[in-house]
Amino acid sequence: MQVLVCIKRVPDTGARLELTADGQELDTRNLEFTVSPHEECAVEEAIRLVEAQGGSATVLSLGPEAAGEQIREALAKGIERGILLETDGGEWDPAATATAIVSAIEDEAFDLVLFGNESADAGNYQVGVRVAQALGWPCVTSVKQLELESAERALAKREVPGGWELYPLTLPAVVTVKEGINSPRHPSLRGIMTAKKKEIVRLKPEKSAAQLVKLGLKKPPEGRGQIQMLGEGTAAVPQIVAALKELGVL
Amino acid sequence: MIVVWIEDQGGKVTDAVWEALTMGRRLAQQMDQPLAALLAGAPEASGLTDQLKEYGVSRVWLTGDERLARWAPQAQARVLARLIEQERPQVVLAAATDRGNELLAYLAARLQLGLATNCTEVHPGDDFTVTRLRWGGSLLEEARLLSEPKLLTVALHVNAPEPQPAESFQIEQFVAQLEERDFIIQMSKMEESAHEGVSLAEAKVVVGGGRGVGNAEGFKSLEELAQLLGGAVGGSRVATNNGWRPHADQIGQTGAQIAPELYIACGISGAIQHVVGCKGAKNILVINKDPEAPFFARADYGVVGDLREVIPALVEAIRRERGD
Ligand SMILES: Cc1cc2nc3c(=O)[nH]c(=O)nc-3n(C[C@H](O)[C@H](O)[C@H](O)COP(=O)(O)OP(=O)(O)OC[C@H]3O[C@@H](n4cnc5c(N)ncnc54)[C@H](O)[C@@H]3O)c2cc1C
Repeated sequence: MQVLVCIKRVPDTGARLELTADGQELDTRNLEFTVSPHEECAVEEAIRLVEAQGGSATVLSLGPEAAGEQIREALAKGIERGILLETDGGEWDPAATATAIVSAIEDEAFDLVLFGNESADAGNYQVGVRVAQALGWPCVTSVKQLELESAERALAKREVPGGWELYPLTLPAVVTVKEGINSPRHPSLRGIMTAKKKEIVRLKPEKSAAQLVKLGLKKPPEGRGQIQMLGEGTAAVPQIVAALKELGVL
Repeated sequence: MIVVWIEDQGGKVTDAVWEALTMGRRLAQQMDQPLAALLAGAPEASGLTDQLKEYGVSRVWLTGDERLARWAPQAQARVLARLIEQERPQVVLAAATDRGNELLAYLAARLQLGLATNCTEVHPGDDFTVTRLRWGGSLLEEARLLSEPKLLTVALHVNAPEPQPAESFQIEQFVAQLEERDFIIQMSKMEESAHEGVSLAEAKVVVGGGRGVGNAEGFKSLEELAQLLGGAVGGSRVATNNGWRPHADQIGQTGAQIAPELYIACGISGAIQHVVGCKGAKNILVINKDPEAPFFARADYGVVGDLREVIPALVEAIRRERGD
């Protein structure tokens, strides 16, 4: 089974977000980089599928040269091969991203392409669906359980309030996953060593015209007023009870 | 024309639909266009039509296609694509639920149009721009949407629903002419999961626990508190990643978005990705042993202390209060 998993390099923000002076980007000078938890789970799912079925898994990222780090991390966990669609680091809208991914994988023979349900930063919810549409493949989004029934059949499940929705699908297919589908592993020391020797194919994709154009970022207004401190330790309990009463929840 | 897609589950809808309709109605007024709605779901969904009129809808289409009773995103997108071809609306919008985002993604992909998800504001005009959520809602983006018609989804819990009845109202059938291949992806069935108590999404009170809870056992006192207040228990990503709680209990960017009257956050530091999940809470009480924890800057009430002492004492006090 040939599996492709697509990931996006994003800054790992802490408790505060700072913007660059021109309001175009997050100020990432003091930040580390990572991928969304959804995508960590997609990587894990790809590795598990190949462990169970045989075949091989490939990881792809569209992003700046530094996104090689995130690809390397996935290789260290057990993915075989990487593809970096190298950009100048600017914003790519979902349609342009999907077009670049499709043209990069056209000549490959994947059975399954995995995505995170939405990226951590842009949250557009559509690259996976657009890739599926362009390939003419079926797609299930928001998946939190994936069972392979045969080489051609799978069952994808989505969690909704009160239960699970079941979606049978035929491969080749696109599946976008959510955190919770599995618990991602950490790379082993040996994995990190072997990852250094694994191949990363570097391509420079053509950027198609954007339909959704970012003009700038801003911080939302802080909704809350002054905090009311109710005290310290168990001594605060009477004030907590009073506050609960005031709010009408007790 | 502004078309709002109505997500119904067996004739029932959530607040998200009224929020989307409210955005649609304001847009219709600004653009001097009629507001229309497409109910592509089960035939029994037609019971909703009276409520749609209250929200300013003057035209409603029903498909009455039994096959659409079970969710089939491509088929739904096909219906919308046909409607666009026939009616040439300026804007098509849906609530930014899992299904709303999914459906409009299919529609955008099929028609090769741009799509702006999770919009909080829309500014029509020659230069059609939107304000949309990024980073799960911790940042806002101003963006220009170039293609026509404009496709957007409306962020949840941002704009309160506001009814304003339409002057005229008509209901029409829309024949979707769906084919077998439109149902290539369709929900085959729903597996109900046994769930006790109140759900996170509906709870009036949510008690959340993070790394500070320490282990699965530690959640017992949080559960007791939640039960006394008729609420539900949730957690941070640390709590779910460590297996102390199931992932369905995770609050935040990659978990659930909650909007209770009160959220009691215990031993949670207040990382942005967690906080965006509880922005909709009317009140937040933070209990944390570190007075510098960032969550205090985003809360209404605070207690500095060890949750392992404060929560049991609080449970005790509430029991005494109730006389048992
Ligand atoms: C793209 C992305 C998406 C993410 N999505 C989510 C998400 O959906 N939900 C989520 O929660 N996180 C999410 N995260 C992770 C998030 O950034 C934080 O790592 C996480 O929320 C931290 O959890 P925590 O507050 O429990 O742990 P910590 O940050 O370690 O905080 C623990 C807190 O507990 C306090 N404490 C310790 N012991 C006690 C005690 N005995 N009594 C009282 N207080 C005590 C400490 O003072 C500290 O403030 C995401 C991260 C990324 C990058």
